[in-house]
Amino acid sequence: MTSSPFPILIVIVPLISAFFIPIIGWWKRNLCYPLVILSLFFCTLFSILTLNAVIQNGTIHYYLGGWHPPWGIEYVVDHLNAFVLAIISFTSFFVAIYSKKSVEQELPDKIVFFYAVYLLLVTGLLGIIATGDMFNLYVFLEIASLAAYALIAIGEDGAPLASFRYVIMGTIGACFYLLGVGYLYIVTGSLNMADLSELLPKLYHSKVVLVAFTFFMVGIALKMALFPLHTWLLDAYTYAPSTVSALIAPTMTKVGAYVMIRVMFTVFKPDFSISLFPITSILGWLAVAAILFGSIMALAQSDLKRMLCFVIVAEIGYIAIGVGIANRMALIGAILHIVNDVFMMACLFLVVGAIVYKTGTRNIYQLRYLHRKLPLTMAIFVIGALSVVGIPPLCGFFSKWYLILGAFEAGKWVFVAVLLVSSLLNAILFFRVIENIYLEPREPSYAHDGGGPEAISIDEAPLSMLIPMFVIGAGIILLGVFSGKIIDVVIQHTIPPTI
Amino acid sequence: MIAQFEDVIIQTLCRLLIPFIQLFALYVIAHGHHSPGGGFQGGCILGASFILLCVAYDMEEAKRRMSEKLNVIFCCLGVIIFGGIGVVCLILGANYLDYGILHKLLPVNIPEARSLGILGIEIGVGFTVMAAMISIFLNLASSGEHEETLR
Amino acid sequence: MEFIVCKYNYWIYIVLMMIGFYAIIGKKNLVKKLVGMNIFQTALILYFVSTAAKKGATIPIVSHGHGATEHAIHAAQYVNPLPHVLMLTAIVVMVSTFGVALALIIMIYRRYKTLEEDEILKATK
Repeated sequence: MTSSPFPILIVIVPLISAFFIPIIGWWKRNLCYPLVILSLFFCTLFSILTLNAVIQNGTIHYYLGGWHPPWGIEYVVDHLNAFVLAIISFTSFFVAIYSKKSVEQELPDKIVFFYAVYLLLVTGLLGIIATGDMFNLYVFLEIASLAAYALIAIGEDGAPLASFRYVIMGTIGACFYLLGVGYLYIVTGSLNMADLSELLPKLYHSKVVLVAFTFFMVGIALKMALFPLHTWLLDAYTYAPSTVSALIAPTMTKVGAYVMIRVMFTVFKPDFSISLFPITSILGWLAVAAILFGSIMALAQSDLKRMLCFVIVAEIGYIAIGVGIANRMALIGAILHIVNDVFMMACLFLVVGAIVYKTGTRNIYQLRYLHRKLPLTMAIFVIGALSVVGIPPLCGFFSKWYLILGAFEAGKWVFVAVLLVSSLLNAILFFRVIENIYLEPREPSYAHDGGGPEAISIDEAPLSMLIPMFVIGAGIILLGVFSGKIIDVVIQHTIPPTI
Repeated sequence: MIAQFEDVIIQTLCRLLIPFIQLFALYVIAHGHHSPGGGFQGGCILGASFILLCVAYDMEEAKRRMSEKLNVIFCCLGVIIFGGIGVVCLILGANYLDYGILHKLLPVNIPEARSLGILGIEIGVGFTVMAAMISIFLNLASSGEHEETLR
Repeated sequence: MEFIVCKYNYWIYIVLMMIGFYAIIGKKNLVKKLVGMNIFQTALILYFVSTAAKKGATIPIVSHGHGATEHAIHAAQYVNPLPHVLMLTAIVVMVSTFGVALALIIMIYRRYKTLEEDEILKATK
């Protein structure tokens, strides 16, 4: 008696491929890259097929080892799961295609182990999303985090220290999550998410459940880089190699946001998270601080990658504000923003990686006239930048629109004002970069290549880097144009019906 | 980084003890479901036997018996055994890691098939843990400078 | 007073966890921070394992041998094995994290020649 095996295949295919790569890499080094592409292609294919199956038939349950839920580990794929799975496997597939030239330039003697740890990171992320068991989520969380610590540490000069900071803070976050799981197990005797959601409502007034929820929220906020606990993100994502930033920056924090939505709305029912324990108002105000802090501090940066890291902090603030407002429109905005942000950040970080590969610099003021050297890459950067600012018909506009609608409905005018102000700040931020790239800056001393505009010839990024950027840029446009359909078919069903 | 310290007593004792330590480790792995033990514990003891060789003699002595290439191959082999048994269960038609279905392959009945499946998994885990322990120790003790890395 | 004496095991774990947590935050040497992280995680594992214990129960292993399988097994006489198994995984995670962190410390030492955090911060300014 088996249901469709896709939920487990999505996790197993990268896991076993990750351990074939060192063996095959010793035999023939050039076979690593095709193996990575092949396994991630199958992974993406399975996750899209799973999304299709979930849209047509409803939630998929898969029992590991044939044991039924309270005794065994269960993989549950419902609409939220399937959508995030598809997006993350899609993004990691295209970043893997992109990685060939960049890794050969930045990490020439570590290619085999890089790809092995890359696939382990993808396994961890997909496992976090696919699983329906609390402790299994902790295991995959730690797999993904350990792979991320290792990948970030092989970057440039400040990378080991940044990764060490990430190790300490990430481990504390995971330990808090484990404490929460432990408290819930002591009080209910079950580790399964669906089982817990049935056993917990009788216990909502006990102190143990309250403390467990607090530990969950703090631990997940650490992993998600919500405002006061975001300090590890800035250095870690800046000093990591380009490919690693392009993979980790879009995905890890959004997977943390997914875990938060799971814990708040599936394990603990919405009436606990919204009325009994005022976590949503706390989240809302922390998110306001995150958005303002991220947008304002980004203005002060001259390093393009560090500026984008502050933009990530602000984007997490958007998702948290959506959860903090907690009515239907705002949650639609938040979940749509998770998906949009994966694409937007992937697009921007891929472009930064291409800029580093071709010119070796990340300083904004040295990017003068770059549109003559890398015209297509810069066009894709403009698409990503306009989407972050929130200009229709790109995807960023629609998620902000739903967030603002939700804030209107709830009557929280401060949140509306913050969302609008941050769009303005993002506009200033990105137009500053676009002006440096496209228009002639006033100071001729910031010359790039040391000459006037005529001396720069087209020297576009290689094809293996261009194609993923195109696909993700096209994805941003398509996600925006079809966002209404996406909301109707997928996102409507992800929101718990009592909201 | 490990100082040369040749002492006849220590070296002779280690030469006598290490095979028995490894035998005990294999016993711990194999009896994981009858007594305390299992893959992780047995793998740690196996790794400790190599580390004892390293501490008593020189690091070259340990690397002569377990080169880094063999180490990485053991590590990968362990996880491939683990995942492979699960995939075999998938191919035969049951859920992933549902060892009961292995009774179609092996001439045993269903509870014994489950027991053998778990034994196979533990062996895979033992390989990986041994390789990881040895690798962690060799890399940290030489502060990353021992040669023969994967090129 | 019963609050402290009856639940003395929980107090021990809380004190251990807080010692570890203080070491992570308060100490300046990177290795001491790591040791604090290890103490924190070990206290967490001890806490979990202690929740499995029962009064007068024995280890959760069914004895094999002649006629042993013909008796019924009363689950209440055995210690709860699930937290032990979960904590085995947590111990593995702890060891791996410790290994990765130590490798990072070696890389940091090679670059900055010191492991005190204030000196490293001064070097990166």
